[in-house]
Amino acid sequence: MVPSFLSLLFIFFSLDVYANSDLSANSDSVNIIAIIMFLIFISITLGITYWAAKKTRSASVFYTAGGNIGGLQNGLAIAGDYMSAASFLGISGLVFASGFDGLIYSIGFLVGWPIILFLLAERLRNLGKYTFTDAVSFRLQALPIRSLAACGTLAVVILYLIAQMVGAGKLIQILFGLPYSLAVSIVGVLMICYVTFGGMLATTWVQTIKAVLLLFGATFLALAVLNQFNFSLDLLFKEAISNHDLGEAIMAPGGLISDPISAISLGLALMFGTAGLPHILMRFFTVKDAKQARSSVFYATSFIGYFYILTFVIGFGAIVMLTNNPSFLDEAGNILGGNNMAAVHLSEAVGGDIFLGFISAVAFATILAVVSGLTLAGASAISHDLYASLFCHGKVEEKKEVMVSRISTIILGIAAILLGITFEKQNVAYMVGLAFAIAASVNFPILFFSMYWSRLTTRGAFIGGAAGLLTAMLCVLFGPIVWVDILENNEAIFPYKYPALFSMTVAFVVIIVVSYIDKSQQAKKEIAAFDDQFVRSQTGLGAESAIQH
Amino acid sequence: MKNIYKQIRKNPDFIELIKLRKKISWSLTAIVIFCYFTFIIIIAFAPDIFSIKIFDDSVITLGIVIGLLVILLSIFLTGVYVYIANKKLEEKNLKILKKITTN
Repeated sequence: MVPSFLSLLFIFFSLDVYANSDLSANSDSVNIIAIIMFLIFISITLGITYWAAKKTRSASVFYTAGGNIGGLQNGLAIAGDYMSAASFLGISGLVFASGFDGLIYSIGFLVGWPIILFLLAERLRNLGKYTFTDAVSFRLQALPIRSLAACGTLAVVILYLIAQMVGAGKLIQILFGLPYSLAVSIVGVLMICYVTFGGMLATTWVQTIKAVLLLFGATFLALAVLNQFNFSLDLLFKEAISNHDLGEAIMAPGGLISDPISAISLGLALMFGTAGLPHILMRFFTVKDAKQARSSVFYATSFIGYFYILTFVIGFGAIVMLTNNPSFLDEAGNILGGNNMAAVHLSEAVGGDIFLGFISAVAFATILAVVSGLTLAGASAISHDLYASLFCHGKVEEKKEVMVSRISTIILGIAAILLGITFEKQNVAYMVGLAFAIAASVNFPILFFSMYWSRLTTRGAFIGGAAGLLTAMLCVLFGPIVWVDILENNEAIFPYKYPALFSMTVAFVVIIVVSYIDKSQQAKKEIAAFDDQFVRSQTGLGAESAIQH
Repeated sequence: MKNIYKQIRKNPDFIELIKLRKKISWSLTAIVIFCYFTFIIIIAFAPDIFSIKIFDDSVITLGIVIGLLVILLSIFLTGVYVYIANKKLEEKNLKILKKITTN
């Protein structure tokens, strides 16, 4: 299966190279280098998938790679799971367009990590098995909690996947000259291969390799920029100011965030949304124990923080080197392919065709690693939370559960391809925001309260989490982006772009109130079970252990 | 297992351990939340503060310095927590577990 797929893919690519041979000589040769580098990446990752497939014989290996990943590698894999093409190209593009404002996003995407470490990582590892839902349903009733958490997981995964697929299709269209729907299909099929055959083991390696490539590529870009200015940031900034239309305004907050409510709401979504992303939380079960879980967050935070500092330098470098360079501009003086292409053009400006090919291949690899992690988390919610725990009440053969997970992966992958094609011409930027808002208003609150508040009951978690989910979705539906821009109504019913401040408040208040007034027998049992859960979460005694070889 | 959990819960060393861990993790959380939301609130209410230049002959603004500091602080504090939790707290934890499980 794996080798035949590879040759099929090669045919796809080579056909396309010939099909595009009437393009200018320059872009044609660029395509070939990028494609060769990308094919090397695919061969290596599919080879790993083949190896991983042979090792993936149990549910534990499929979901958690056997729990044997070390702290450093898991840190890299987390970084690879989290640093999307959107954060590489999008944030450097935002810095290119408006300077300082790009930094606001970088910081938002980073500050969730300390919170995950201080509040969640060790307890999550000590309580859970395959998904974060295991930890939440430790003392709460499986049926309602798992269905709610599965809804939260699938909503986040599908929204995030659509945004990634649409972005991927457009990016690959520009980088490799492939038609949009073919590009989306290639991403979908590769991701189905990695996850279906290689499970968490293959996904982890794809993410690890991608993280190393991305960190290497971004470091090279940033160093090449700094080298031009004798490693003086001040010179770089001065040059950027004199090249940019906005002048000195690029050194300070601009128009990105204007009203305080939006600012706080966005801040909450980024900080606590990160702490509720199912594909990220799942990575904590791939390590041996709480100790490794903690060190992996430290490594991940360092890599991600370092990477965001690089994107800032890259964005400023792009201002200096691209703004007045006619070979990267269209007739109107705008950058070719839009602001998000800033880092890609910069790679050509500093490293020629070979480095452009490398960065293009890295961008493709980046997309693959993120969508694979998302799909695995979605498939696990279906097989482990819905099928095994709900449908079969936990009495299911491991083989069958893994089979269901593989089938779910294929279905999710096909759905992602179709949705990606459907949403080609739609504005999908709000989907990532909504995904973070849902993660912050459903997954994070129920996980947080289940570990920290003994009075939490199933009823409180279920009704509160559902209220958070509903509020986030309604706020976005009736907000300025969907209600006005997409559905073309005159005025937004909910005036703010970011719902997290409201949906998180609703979730927290409803969870607390409903849990307090819940006087059922079941609630008493759940409250009494907190003590044992607490000891396990603190000491790791009784926690799931890694499989032995 | 239930019995062991109960024993651990009453163990004075365990009570001390969780108090210490609680203090460390919540104070670090408070620092991160405070710094980040201060940063956000300045952007929302008083963005001019961030356009102040740090030196007369430099174009680098306070906003950029503070932004980079928030990133470095996040990395530094996760490092501090991992260092304390993986060295000192884990040692105490293992001691408690050993004492109770060998009894």
